[in-house]
Amino acid sequence: MDKTWNNKAWFLVLPVLVLVAFTAVIPLMTVVNYSVQDTFGNNVFTWAGTEWFEDLLSSGRFWEAMVRNLIFSFIILAIEVPLGIFIALNMPKKGWGVPVCLVLMSLPLLIPWNVVGTIWQVFGRNDIGLLGYYLNAIGIDYNYVQDPFDAWVTIIVMDVWHWTSLVVLLCYAGLVSIPDAFYQAAKIDGASRWAVFRYIQLPKMQRVLLIAVLLRFMDSFMIYTEPFVVTGGGPGNSTTFLSIDLVKTALGQFDLGPAAAMSLVYFLIILLLSWVFYTVMTNYDAER
Amino acid sequence: MARIDVNHVRHSYLPNPQKDADFALREVHHTFEDGGAYALLGPSGCGKTTLLNIISGLLHPSHGQLLFNGRDVTNLSTQERNIAQVFQFPVIYDTMTVYDNLAFPLRNRGVPEADVDRKVRETLEMIDLASWAKKKARGLTADQKQKISLGRGLVRSDVNAILFDEPLTVIDPHMKWVLRSQLKQLHRRFGYTMVYVTHDQTEALTFADQVVVMYDGGIVQIGTPAELFERPRHTFVGYFIGSPGMNVMPVAIDGKTATLGSQRIELPGAPKAGSGTVELGIRPEYVRLGRDGMAVSISKVEDVGRHKVVRAKLEGRDIAAVIGEDETVPAEPKVRFDPAGINIYADSWRVEMGA
Repeated sequence: MDKTWNNKAWFLVLPVLVLVAFTAVIPLMTVVNYSVQDTFGNNVFTWAGTEWFEDLLSSGRFWEAMVRNLIFSFIILAIEVPLGIFIALNMPKKGWGVPVCLVLMSLPLLIPWNVVGTIWQVFGRNDIGLLGYYLNAIGIDYNYVQDPFDAWVTIIVMDVWHWTSLVVLLCYAGLVSIPDAFYQAAKIDGASRWAVFRYIQLPKMQRVLLIAVLLRFMDSFMIYTEPFVVTGGGPGNSTTFLSIDLVKTALGQFDLGPAAAMSLVYFLIILLLSWVFYTVMTNYDAER
Repeated sequence: MARIDVNHVRHSYLPNPQKDADFALREVHHTFEDGGAYALLGPSGCGKTTLLNIISGLLHPSHGQLLFNGRDVTNLSTQERNIAQVFQFPVIYDTMTVYDNLAFPLRNRGVPEADVDRKVRETLEMIDLASWAKKKARGLTADQKQKISLGRGLVRSDVNAILFDEPLTVIDPHMKWVLRSQLKQLHRRFGYTMVYVTHDQTEALTFADQVVVMYDGGIVQIGTPAELFERPRHTFVGYFIGSPGMNVMPVAIDGKTATLGSQRIELPGAPKAGSGTVELGIRPEYVRLGRDGMAVSISKVEDVGRHKVVRAKLEGRDIAAVIGEDETVPAEPKVRFDPAGINIYADSWRVEMGA
C-alpha cells in the first residue's frame, strides 16, 4: 500500500475550484473573450484577433497614462515612506500620548476614498475652499481645475494626507517591538543617534517597510476614486491614470473590446510587479 | 579595570518616594574590589538588576554616590563610564557580520582602523569565534550571539568592569556550563572586574569569589559560597541557598540548650539571643537520621540521584534531611542535629554563639 495518488482527493478541492471559477476564472475569460472581438451592440460579436492589443500598445494615450501612473507612484513612495518613518520615530513609546497619536494617525485611514476626494475637491476650490481661497488671497496663483501642476500637487498632497498614516502605523509597530536592551547596549557601545537608527531601528523595520512599500505601490498604481472625484482626470488628460482611462473607455465610450484588452494589459502589469515584490520578499526571507 | 564603590545608594522608580517600601533599592553600601568576580544573587524583584543598571549608568540613583577608582562617576553617562554589559537576551546587530559587531564599539569611539582590526582579531580568538568573523551575525545560535555581546565588551581593553544581567537564561543547559567556564577563564587570564546578576544559585556559586545575596531591595549577606552555606547571616539566605533550603524552626533558648516543643537540643555554645523571635536553623545536610534522637514521622522520600531527601515532621513542623544514596530509613526514625551545622537567629538575623 504505497500508493500516494488517489483521484478521489480532487473532490476535496472541488468547492474551492467552483468558487474560484465563478468569482475569478469565468469573469476573466469573459474579458479575454471581449478583448479579441468587436461588437456594435445587440450582442452581435465579430472576430477582431489581436487588433485591440496592437491598437492599445501603439496608442500614445495608453503609454502616457502609464508613465503618469509610474511617476505618481514614485513620488508617493518617495514622500510617504521617509515621512512615515520620521513620524513613527518621533511618536511617543509610552504614556498617554500613545493612544492619542494612534487615534489621530488612524483617522484619515477610516475615511472612505470618495469622501476623501470630495473633502479635497471642496478644500481646494478657489471660491469656497479654505485652502484654495487663502492660497489665492496671499497671492499664490493656485487653481487645480486649470493648472496641471496644481492638480498634481493637490492629488499628491491628498494621497500623502490619506495614506502616510499607514506607513507610520506599520513602522511604529516595528519600532515598539524592539526590546529596551538593544537601546541600552547601543548606549554602552557608544552608538550615535544615527547608528542606532541605521543598525537597530531600520533593520527591525525592514520587514514591515517592505509590506508598506508593496501596499502603497499597488494602491497608488491602481488609484482611481480620489483623482476621479477631484479632477476627473483633468485638466486635459494631465491626471488621467490607467484606471481612469480604462473606465472612460469601457463605460464612457462603451468600447468593450479595447477596454477588455486594456484591462488584461493592466492586470498583467500588476501581476508582474507583484511577482517582483514577492520574489524580493521571499529572497529576503531565505537570506535570513 | 576599576574598584567600584557604591556609597549609600538608594533608588526608587517613583517620582517622590516617601517610605521605605517606595524604594526598589533601599540602601546599598558596598565595594566591588578591582579584579573581583562578584555575583548578585536574589529572587526576582529584589533590586539586583536595578543595582547593576545604576553601576552601568543606565539608571541614575535617587540618592547616593558611585565611585570608580575613587573618582565620582554618579553623573557620568554610560558611555563615559566605559562599562561593558551583557544582557539577558543576546543583543547583536543583525545586519552586520560578526567582525563588524565586535568592531562597532571601537569605531563609535573613533579608534583607528588598524587598532580596531588588531583588537577585534584578538577578541575573536578569546571568545572562540575566529572562524565565524565574516558570517552575518543573525545566523548564529543563542550562545554564539551571547558570546558576541560579551565580545563587544571585551574588545575595549580599558573597560572599567564587565556586568552580566542573567546572561545565560536563554542558553541551552550544556552550553551554560561551557560558557560559564569560559567566563571563569577570561576572568583568571585578564583580571576583569566582573559583576554577575542571577537568580540561579548554582550559577552564582560557581562563577563568583564573592556572592552578594540581595533580598527586598537590600544586601543581606556578602560572602564566599562556603560562608553562605555554613553560616547564613539571615534566614532568607538559608532558605534561598541550598537545595532543599535550611530548616528553620522557632525555639526557646536557655543557656546552651534550645527547646523545641517537648524536645531539648544541645547547642555548641550559648547564643547571645536578645528579645524577639528566636529560631534555630539547620541545613538538611546536618540533620542525621538514625535510631536515636528526636522521633519524627516520615512523609516522603525523594531520590534525587546523588542523594535522597527525606521529608519528615518533627514536633508537627516540616523538616528535611539529606541522606546518602545507599542509606535506608529506619523503622522508627529519629533525628539528631549535628552541632556544627546549628545557627541561631533572632528576628531573622544570625546571632553569635557565646562560650
